[in-house]
Amino acid sequence: MDKPEIYKNEIQKDPYTQLRELSKARIALGNTGGSQSIKDVLQFQLDHAKARDAIYTDFNIEKIEADLSNFDLKVFKFKSKAEDREQYLKRPDLGKLLADSEQENASGFDIIFNIVDGLSPEATLQSAEIIEKLLPKLKEKYSAAISIVENGRVAIGDEIAEKLNGKFTATFIGERPGLSSPKSLGIYTTYGPKSGTTDEKRNCISNIHSDGMSTAAAAELLEFLITESFAKKISGVSLKSDLKNHKIDNA
Amino acid sequence: MEYKFSINNITYSFKDLKELLAKASPHRSGDVLAGLAAKDNKERVAAQYVLSEVPLKEFLENPIIPYAEDEVTRLIMDDHNAEAFYPISAFSVGEFRDWLLSYHATPEILKEIAPGLTPEMVAAVSKLMRNQDLIKVAQKCEVITKFRNTLGLNDRFSVRLQPNNPVDDPKAIAASTIDGLLYGCGDAVVGINPATDNPNGVSELLKLLDNFRQQYEIPTQTCILSHITTTMEIIEKAPIDLIFQSIGGTQKANESFGINLNMLQEAYDAGLQLNRGDIGNNVMYFETGQGSELSANTHHRIDQQTCEVRCYAVARKYNPLLVNTVVGFIGPEYLYDGKQITRAALEDHFCGKIMGLPMGCDVCYTNHAEADQDDMDSLLTLLGVAGCNYIMGVPGADDVMLNYQSTSFHDAMYLRKVLNKKPAPEFEKWLLKMGIFDENGNRQNLPESHKLISNG
Repeated sequence: MDKPEIYKNEIQKDPYTQLRELSKARIALGNTGGSQSIKDVLQFQLDHAKARDAIYTDFNIEKIEADLSNFDLKVFKFKSKAEDREQYLKRPDLGKLLADSEQENASGFDIIFNIVDGLSPEATLQSAEIIEKLLPKLKEKYSAAISIVENGRVAIGDEIAEKLNGKFTATFIGERPGLSSPKSLGIYTTYGPKSGTTDEKRNCISNIHSDGMSTAAAAELLEFLITESFAKKISGVSLKSDLKNHKIDNA
Repeated sequence: MEYKFSINNITYSFKDLKELLAKASPHRSGDVLAGLAAKDNKERVAAQYVLSEVPLKEFLENPIIPYAEDEVTRLIMDDHNAEAFYPISAFSVGEFRDWLLSYHATPEILKEIAPGLTPEMVAAVSKLMRNQDLIKVAQKCEVITKFRNTLGLNDRFSVRLQPNNPVDDPKAIAASTIDGLLYGCGDAVVGINPATDNPNGVSELLKLLDNFRQQYEIPTQTCILSHITTTMEIIEKAPIDLIFQSIGGTQKANESFGINLNMLQEAYDAGLQLNRGDIGNNVMYFETGQGSELSANTHHRIDQQTCEVRCYAVARKYNPLLVNTVVGFIGPEYLYDGKQITRAALEDHFCGKIMGLPMGCDVCYTNHAEADQDDMDSLLTLLGVAGCNYIMGVPGADDVMLNYQSTSFHDAMYLRKVLNKKPAPEFEKWLLKMGIFDENGNRQNLPESHKLISNG
């Protein structure tokens, strides 16, 4: 039997759903009495849930180490001064500082790849793939090492470079999760990193995820930045490149 | 001068007004990050007790950043209107709070004293006010501005349509704009945050929006939120309605934004010359937000809310059409959760309104803040009750360019419905004429042949 008229609920559809093909924005959703339909509310809740959970997902260091084990590079492990996720979020200053550790100073590398959980630990699982694509091209010219850092911000790479005596850092860090991209990776490069280095001295490759930039494209850009930086002995805004479309985010 | 207060034989002391203001601030992560917050709850209340007894006059006598050091301080002091201040000049901060809530403080009188208020007085009193006080007094302040329509009337509620796109794709922007207009949004402004801030790109976007506005005879204004130097570069060639700029509450903060008061004055004068408003000539659009001074390390050890109110002294100099506090965008290190975001938004709205500004609010959060849609619903409703002039309208609340969550077109429909508020009168007429809304503000069934859809 049909429902009586007043109990029938029809979503008022928008007769322009074809516009959705033009944009990723949530347009032409229709409405019920001006409000969003349950379908759209739940879709949003799900996307938000993914983004929220991404921040609190464990940093799978064992997996990263296993992925890196074939490369025959020395791996160092560090923690920041932020003791947990809540403190990490509230005190970005602590995420930039290394916690006291037993780690001895090391003798020196050309390149240090820092793998830092940032705001999306799972995003960093893409790091090994990028390093793998890159290494064959670098091994001839540069010595390299890897560090894995818990509760870190981009700038922590500077102190690590000082400790390990590195000339150049590429810091792989989980970016702030977006509704449509919860597992996005960013790579920040710095030539001659030292404590107190500011953002305009860094270059950035951002938006590396399954619907964004591919790991192959990221590896290619990173190789380009490494070559340019070592040739000109600089990094950052003064290193003019065609990377303009990749914005620097505060991580 | 040192300030002291004792609770149960413990004496709390505060070495100057700056420290007193910071310690009296309701708790928020940004003040903790800056090392300025009260050490515990008792110290905070002690500071509030002391602050309640500070005479308003003291803020005129003791600038929190020296006059010689900071042009925002000079603006505050030089533009202070002693005559407007006179009726309240004998009050302490606490007495001022009580008076604001009284029947004596009518909308007319509040308007008269506005030029006599400095940001520090306003910040101080807001720190002693609970959320309901902030709402109640703000509601008494009707701030009306005009360009092609009338914004800020008590029974009206407006929306900035924000059709951002990560690559400034004109088709995607047009699609979001059409959707927003068909949900009654865009009366405050149709305003895009450009992905790339260069003169050519911004000019193209300006033309796109202006053609669209003219084609459908929409009684509203458009804006590309580019840096003021970009806007000035193209001001004689491109169709510019409003001049946008993010502003800070200290000279150094403004320098970090690449601006100073002279540049704002020049842009304001140039904007007035364009004479593009049909019914008014409020040509400026400013954005602010607590924490930006600390973020740029330009806060002079002043708490983030007091810094924010100093922005409003900058804004009011140039008679803006719109001022917008972008409250939850900055992140959890400044405003940690829904509670802090809500408090900050109500403070900003109250402080701006009482200083005579047409306040809107970007009710928003990022994914790393402890906040969700329920928090935004509550804040949106509170701001509606407080008489906020406008909010943002973003498709599905998801800004695909700036990667944060703001308010949706549907949120605007909700607020207008539950508070019985209408769009700006000229815009409402247009919505009726176009068959988009009916007289009750309900969305009509739109035919596929509707002008805005079929031409799209």
